[in-house]
Amino acid sequence: MSRRVREALLGYALVLPALLVFGTFIFYPFVRTAWLGLFEQPLFGGDSTWVGLDQYLDEWRSDDFRNSLFVTVKFAVFTVPVGISLGVLLAVVGHQRLRGIGVYRTIFSSTVATSIAVASVLFFTLFNQQLGVLTKLLNREGETPVLDDPRLAFIAVCGVTIWQNLGLSFIVISAGLQAVPDELLEAARVDGAGAFRRFFRVTMPLLSPTLLFAVVVGSILAFQAFAQVDLLTEGGPGDRTNVLTYAIKTTALGNPPDQGAAAAYAMALFAITLLLTVVQLRFLERRVTYER
Amino acid sequence: MSGRRWYRTAGRYATLTVLALMFVFPLYMMVVNSLLPPEQLLKKANFWVSPGDALWGGYSTAWNDGHIGEYLGNSVVVTTLIVAGQVVTAVLAAYAFAFLDFPLKRTLFVVFLTTMMIPFEVVFFVNLDTITDFGDLPLVGDYVGFDTYGGLALPFLATGFGAFLVRQAFLSLPRDLRDAAALDGYGHFRFLTRVAIPLARPSIAALGLFAFFGAWNQYLWPLVASTEDHRTVQVGLGFVSEGSVDQVNVAFAALVLASIPLFVLLIVFQKQLVRGLTAGAVKG
Repeated sequence: MSRRVREALLGYALVLPALLVFGTFIFYPFVRTAWLGLFEQPLFGGDSTWVGLDQYLDEWRSDDFRNSLFVTVKFAVFTVPVGISLGVLLAVVGHQRLRGIGVYRTIFSSTVATSIAVASVLFFTLFNQQLGVLTKLLNREGETPVLDDPRLAFIAVCGVTIWQNLGLSFIVISAGLQAVPDELLEAARVDGAGAFRRFFRVTMPLLSPTLLFAVVVGSILAFQAFAQVDLLTEGGPGDRTNVLTYAIKTTALGNPPDQGAAAAYAMALFAITLLLTVVQLRFLERRVTYER
Repeated sequence: MSGRRWYRTAGRYATLTVLALMFVFPLYMMVVNSLLPPEQLLKKANFWVSPGDALWGGYSTAWNDGHIGEYLGNSVVVTTLIVAGQVVTAVLAAYAFAFLDFPLKRTLFVVFLTTMMIPFEVVFFVNLDTITDFGDLPLVGDYVGFDTYGGLALPFLATGFGAFLVRQAFLSLPRDLRDAAALDGYGHFRFLTRVAIPLARPSIAALGLFAFFGAWNQYLWPLVASTEDHRTVQVGLGFVSEGSVDQVNVAFAALVLASIPLFVLLIVFQKQLVRGLTAGAVKG
């Protein structure tokens, strides 16, 4: 065997383990999911029948799907900007040179040591109608439980998500702030720029690549959020928090399971995630100032 | 210190403290509630537990009857498998992409990257069928089927992002290094283990960290692909809290126990953690 052939064989061998995993658990099930959407499951059991694109189109036109889509988009539109704004606030405040700032920085990072499941169960219990401290603080004892309230349940799910993400936002945006040269801010100060002006004219432009990253990753994660809905509201009340991922799970593993209908939801989630990433990148690219 | 400056400093600490409360309050209430007898929570909001009244029984109940101990053990096993798998497959593939030449290399690299565009939430229910079928395989079926450690880890043993991260690190190594190593008689294996991996350690560590957080915090897959025997702690928490109201201290104790490992890690490794988590976020 020539050296080149040996090198090529080695190359394929090294790539193979990962490719096997991708093939089995990403590409095959992706194609299979798309395929399953072409078959309709009869309501009362029995073999599924080929319906072509009909099922996709029917599902995408249904009120349930539109509700899930609306809820998911609303969830992302709520959680991402609020979370990142709070992250910027925390990072700026945590960036000061003060004695004991390290303690605050550890506290601001602390939610990375929780998980969305820990946060969800924690707030679920703090919202307990009889003995939850938040129920008592918000004076909601005689009223509908927060997580059963059509308006508040969604806000609660968003709030828990934002809270859990704060630590990571703080860490990522802080790192971006470190890259803003102090001399630049000092020069702006000497030129008479006030704190707000310095923030919006110097810090923000230099921070924009980090924020772009945070917005993209944050949105992708928001569209994939599942645990908080499962643990806090189970999609309720009245489907007000029934995001796409939760609808996929309850449809695909429901009683009876309906993988065909779930496929329609799943492919929509895929398409949106893909589209969103591309659009966001394009749109934000132009506004972002890249240094160096 | 002039009066005005004192004023400002106090204002800064006040801002910091108010913001810190956002984090501390829920976590503090988690600990307080885990120690309070549930009947003390019924009448009014309770923000303090005196050491004499503290009820420690919730912890042993959560650990034993609530199975938090076993769930934590399951999480450790599954997380270890996933971290090891991701690091190994990513380093191997990254080596091929960075240092070897073979037909279709670019195409294969794009294939790796496209895996990042398919959310797991899209494909999990077919994977559930796959894993269930794996349970019928001869010899290995008991280790890779539904409700097994292998079944929980298998779909996540490789990562396109990880391969990308390590490849970038490998590509940034000076080209002469490979030639010099070759002159010393290093084959690919020795070059990988003695030169490339040690030099790319920060990126590999970052990958390990991402893999760890991803695996430890996973929820959807262990929820659908395991039963009580192999349930991870993230999923297990939801089952502890479904207990009755008079067991609410147990639910809080379970939360504290489930959080301790990562809080210890955060405090001990804060610097490394911050560096690892921000890899790729900030241009270096």
